[in-house]
Amino acid sequence: MPTPKILPCGDSAVTVEFGATIDPDINGMVLALDDIVRSRAPTGLIETVPTYRSLTIQFDPVATDYDALVALLEAETQNLPPRNAVGRRWRVPVVYGGEYGIDLEEVASLHGLTPNQVIDIHSSAVYRIYMIGFLPGFTYLGGLDKRIATSRRLHPRAKIPAGTIMIGGEQAGIAPMDMPSGWHNLGLTPVRPYAPGRDPVFLFAAGDEIVFEPVEASRWEALEKAALAGEPVAEEVRP
Amino acid sequence: MTDLVVKSCGPMTSLQDRGRIGYQGFGVSPSGAMDRRALAMANALVGNPPETAAIEFVNLGGAFTCEGGDLHVALVGAGCSASIDGTPVAPQTSAILKEGQVLEVGHLRTGTFAYLAVAGGFAVAPELGSLSFHLRSRLGGLKGAPLKAGDRLPGRPEAQDREPMQLTADILEESGPIRVMLGPQDDYFTPETIRAFLESAFTISQQADRMGFQLTGPRLEHAKGFNIVSDGIVDGHIQVPGSGQPIVLMRDRQTAGGYPKIATVISADLARLAQMRPGTEVRFRAVERDEALAAAHRLKDWMASLPSSLAPVRFALTTEHLLSRNLIGGTVDALAPAPAEHHD
Repeated sequence: MPTPKILPCGDSAVTVEFGATIDPDINGMVLALDDIVRSRAPTGLIETVPTYRSLTIQFDPVATDYDALVALLEAETQNLPPRNAVGRRWRVPVVYGGEYGIDLEEVASLHGLTPNQVIDIHSSAVYRIYMIGFLPGFTYLGGLDKRIATSRRLHPRAKIPAGTIMIGGEQAGIAPMDMPSGWHNLGLTPVRPYAPGRDPVFLFAAGDEIVFEPVEASRWEALEKAALAGEPVAEEVRP
Repeated sequence: MTDLVVKSCGPMTSLQDRGRIGYQGFGVSPSGAMDRRALAMANALVGNPPETAAIEFVNLGGAFTCEGGDLHVALVGAGCSASIDGTPVAPQTSAILKEGQVLEVGHLRTGTFAYLAVAGGFAVAPELGSLSFHLRSRLGGLKGAPLKAGDRLPGRPEAQDREPMQLTADILEESGPIRVMLGPQDDYFTPETIRAFLESAFTISQQADRMGFQLTGPRLEHAKGFNIVSDGIVDGHIQVPGSGQPIVLMRDRQTAGGYPKIATVISADLARLAQMRPGTEVRFRAVERDEALAAAHRLKDWMASLPSSLAPVRFALTTEHLLSRNLIGGTVDALAPAPAEHHD
């Protein structure tokens, strides 16, 4: 592993970059450093932002001893082991295809597969949440099987519904709210990764894992009702 | 209950405070006031902590009234003007908006953002710790929306007991190029490109909003491509997409993004940049951490000094003001017993 780079971001933040690629070990080190910085809580710390491959630390420039912060980061990133405890694993029910997943047939024909094969491939992988960003609760999932990796749509849609199960390139995601998207919609889940007023507001965290479970459209109404009542609907399962 | 009622306002008028802290790791933009200096001044005038939520105006003014009681209000920022029932309120002063009176806020003349603060702030429930409205995630404000005619903002009647004040402190005005620190991805650009970035004039384009300011100027060439794996973003990051035209990321920015960032605007200069209108020319100057830190200290000290720079407006009243308020219609013996009845 190359030495992590410590990159100043103006006077109020610093980014520790562990690599330039999407890699579970790099992401694991990001999350491990995030745990350390948050538990050490250096004076002036405002918040930390873990991404695929770096940790950005934002602080009050007047209150923070920058040199001490950099010394802490340098010391802690020496031979930092990736966070070895995998996060929680969530089983997320999905109704695939039809009006629930309007791009399923197109994705299948692009790859010379049947819709059922795409569903099998998509729902038999274990996805890692590398980061949450773009919108509140939007999960960037790695682990998509290359057989169904599909480049983004030429014409992005202005609005796709909350709960859309989508793929773009080699990434997968779950729409936390109605949002614009250039990805392909395979299905819909009643699960809300983000629900203001619910405890917890955010269901998933970076480092968690997701598996998708195909369910019949006949179960949609009951599952959606439970989700609207504030139930997570996503089930925590043992790896 | 005392409500500030919106009679009219521009489409992007919203509540803004310090911003939403602590949820960027879950994809939540911090948002918050674009000009924290003006927000702090408006709040100081009505006795509030500097980052209390206020109404942020974007280019356009509006009209407000209050129902159920009086409100102590102050408007600061971008050459804006205010009047109450047609009587102008002097710049950098607060005023009492009496029940039923109409406060009119004129269009902003010298910048883009202005703030209307109300003593005690608004009794609106924060979302994820902040009242700041964020358009894309529909968080904050009034039920996740900007303000519109008919909205009622509940005030705090118990906080309206102060008399109108004026700020004697000078506005913290800086001039010259916007100061930046290079990085975090300045190594994605050649030395010639960095020189072009620091020596050229850029123009703030019409694509300038709370999320970011698109600049136009010489094309900034990348040395090793413009796609990077998404990493964290902070206020003031200057990212350069494939077009070679830089974008300064502002308060409503995303939490992570995938373009190289050539430099970062120092925290003390963000508000000054925010108030520059589309069409304005902007230049950048690279500074080291020492200079950025000195500027941050100066801004913080200035904000801390605001409450001690206040004086009651009555010491500065002009004859016209006094006449208009009907306070010097006759001679009154201050020691005389109060009349049993009030006569107009």
